Amino acid sequence: MHATDALAEADRQMTICNACRYCEGLCAVFPAMEKHRTFADGDLNYLANLCHSCGACYQDCQFSTPHEFAVDVPRTLAKVRNDSYKTYAWPGFLAGLFDRNGLAISIVAALGVAAFILGFIAFNDADQLFAVHQGEGAFYRLMPHNAMIILFGAAFAYAILALCMGCRAFWRDSNAVNAVIGDGRVSIWQAMKDASTLRYLDGGGVGCINEDERPTDNRRLYHHLTFYGFLLCFGATSMGTIYHYVFGWQAPYPWWDIPPMLGKVGGVGLVIGTVGLLAAKWRRDPALVDESKRGMDTAFLVMLFLTAATGLALHGLRSTPAMGMMLAIHLGVVFSLFLTMPYGKFVHGIYRFAALTRYAMSNRHGFAKPGASSSDS
Amino acid sequence: MSKNSVSPATRLPSGWDERYDVLVVGGGNAALCAAITARNAGSKVLVLEGAPKFYRGGNTRHTRNLRCAHDEANEVLTGPYSEDEFWDDLMRVTGGQTNEELARHTISESRELWDWMNEQGVRFQPPLGGTLSLGRTNAFFLGGGRAMLNALYLRAEKLGVDIVYDAMVTDLEIEDGHFNSATVEVDGTSHTIRAATLVTAAGGFEANIDWLKEYWGERAGNFLIRGTPYNKGSILRLLLDRGVEPVGDPTQCHAVAIDARSPQFDGGIVTRLDCVIFGVVVNNECVRFYDEGEDFWPKRYAIWGRLVADQPDQTAYIIIDSKAISLVMPSVYPAIEAGSIGELAGKLGLSAERLEATVADYNASVQPGDFDPNTLDDCHTEGLEPPKTHWARTIDEPPFYGYPVRPGITFTYLGTRVDKQARILMTDGKPSANMYAAGEIMAGNVLGKGYIAGIGMTIGAVFGRIAGREAAKHARN
Repeated sequence: MHATDALAEADRQMTICNACRYCEGLCAVFPAMEKHRTFADGDLNYLANLCHSCGACYQDCQFSTPHEFAVDVPRTLAKVRNDSYKTYAWPGFLAGLFDRNGLAISIVAALGVAAFILGFIAFNDADQLFAVHQGEGAFYRLMPHNAMIILFGAAFAYAILALCMGCRAFWRDSNAVNAVIGDGRVSIWQAMKDASTLRYLDGGGVGCINEDERPTDNRRLYHHLTFYGFLLCFGATSMGTIYHYVFGWQAPYPWWDIPPMLGKVGGVGLVIGTVGLLAAKWRRDPALVDESKRGMDTAFLVMLFLTAATGLALHGLRSTPAMGMMLAIHLGVVFSLFLTMPYGKFVHGIYRFAALTRYAMSNRHGFAKPGASSSDS
Repeated sequence: MSKNSVSPATRLPSGWDERYDVLVVGGGNAALCAAITARNAGSKVLVLEGAPKFYRGGNTRHTRNLRCAHDEANEVLTGPYSEDEFWDDLMRVTGGQTNEELARHTISESRELWDWMNEQGVRFQPPLGGTLSLGRTNAFFLGGGRAMLNALYLRAEKLGVDIVYDAMVTDLEIEDGHFNSATVEVDGTSHTIRAATLVTAAGGFEANIDWLKEYWGERAGNFLIRGTPYNKGSILRLLLDRGVEPVGDPTQCHAVAIDARSPQFDGGIVTRLDCVIFGVVVNNECVRFYDEGEDFWPKRYAIWGRLVADQPDQTAYIIIDSKAISLVMPSVYPAIEAGSIGELAGKLGLSAERLEATVADYNASVQPGDFDPNTLDDCHTEGLEPPKTHWARTIDEPPFYGYPVRPGITFTYLGTRVDKQARILMTDGKPSANMYAAGEIMAGNVLGKGYIAGIGMTIGAVFGRIAGREAAKHARN
């Protein structure tokens, strides 16, 4: 009756959790679960995307392995969550990219970088690539601004479209049991607060379970650095676009100006955050991780790291003959990041936000939960 | 498999062969409260937990909350719960089978527990919708009993308490009520541990089927044990065999009716069923044997284990219909579903003819009334033996559902007699010079019979702290 073995296993475990309910104070997954008596695939995908994988419930569970019930919600929901990206991918025929995500991203990134280098050479000549370009409009002597806008605008627009279509499918499916209509604004605001603070990555207050039973808050810190670093870099690009079109000021800008400052701070945050998350992933208790999809997480983090690292390198080397090559590499990486966004770990943020919104909505509507939680008797 | 979930190779702490100030036998709430308190008082403390690391903590790992008296509402408790009210609640369930001095002392000391637990790193959750009925009297552990245990263990480790898992105490050398040493088996090797004082906090004997059979006969073989298989009562046995005064009715145990499909050990909380009051309960001859609507679950919940234990094969069946299914807690095993009573009987292995007759008799005796699951309503039967005095509604709307149930044993009452200082009393009436008891092993002093939610944790924590404090004081002198 479930589409996959992972969903059937999630159903089995959620049924045990729903009869126990000791974890209901830890995060949103359990109160959301309590609103159900049975679990359709869409419900499980919703719960899986609500899970931040902090691991607290695993450490607190009296039924985790070696108990015969073998409950391991973080790992089980990680599997379901990773599968759900594929389930809702748009267009459907590209869903397979998730399976070989690490490889796909490496190939796309390598091709993207190569294409930009070759494109620069073809557009100018090889000497130009290694010449020193300085002053306003230096970047555009290698690649005209309009060409950049068309290429990146198209890649970005495609990513947004594909992400929206996937999210739409997820949203509809997660409403399979309790459809909620209207009342979006307040719930979205609540979800923004929950997502921006990573409210549910705190293990109920003490931090994440990582390598052992001693909780730490490192993953939340690194995730914050990554997420806000990404936003700052995105802000730098947006600011640059405004400078260009509104004020007619051409990049590169002086080091102290807003776009380079945002880019530098964001880039440093991204570098530290992604390295920290990669290290945490490496050390994490395998019982909490969906090992089969580790490549997808790693590939995404590496892409973010490369985006930041090449951006910082470009900034540092922009007055040297290496500028042309760094620009080509950086643009190639960013272009590949855009293209692969809808088919990699990036989508976790989108679906998690949708799930948090859906949770805020259902909370506000106060669905009755079946049965009352009981004492310890 | 997790590297956390299996016991690490048992490592003996350095100084293992030295003499300890306080030896704590057991690894649950009471044991950890004793160990932390003694350590804070400057003692060198060793905890011997008989179970592997994952199963540490005995019944505590399946608990959820702590009952504590308090004067005003706080972050987790919704209102005042006076000592007098706590006392009244205890009197109601025990019917007076309690030691008043110890009980009043426990209740009075319970006022400090919430703060103390918080200081140790134990976290509580704000009262949630479904738990409101207990939100006033009981503080709920965030994440449940195992989370609470994890916090206490982290605290004890940080303080420098030595802890050894898979450590089975096989003998206690006791001379004229004075403890000298314990023999413990770790990794197949016997060690002798000397300590100035002994705190026993090793639980009851509910997982010892042979011992249960002494009182219940062969039918105990059909009992399900809700806690870990490690609660064998071996320490209790050793103490009683060496002149310790027993307390509590040995034939008494907390027995509820749980899903018969549960594992024989350690099914914990998820095996409970709360649907008795919404249906009829029959034995395997399809005969009803008690008033299902006598009182609320969970107030009457604990009587059903005993009732089912008296039925043939220690098995019974709860029968409800589609009107009731949405009123009950989701269960870990799905209800057995059928389109007719006859079909349901077949699926449950019962006689279709007899079950149909029993349900038809019951339906015919149901009187009209206003059904209300939140009060003792006026829906009852007439001319039926035994009657169903509340929530009696006809069972006639398919699909029909059935749950097989068996007695599920939570804990036993037999224990060691103690005084206010948690000192173990010997059969001659004198307190032991250096032996203390805390937790389920002495809970029978306070809770002679019956049960109120969270009181096991209260007794364990109160007497654990007293035992730790007194043992440390004695060891210093």
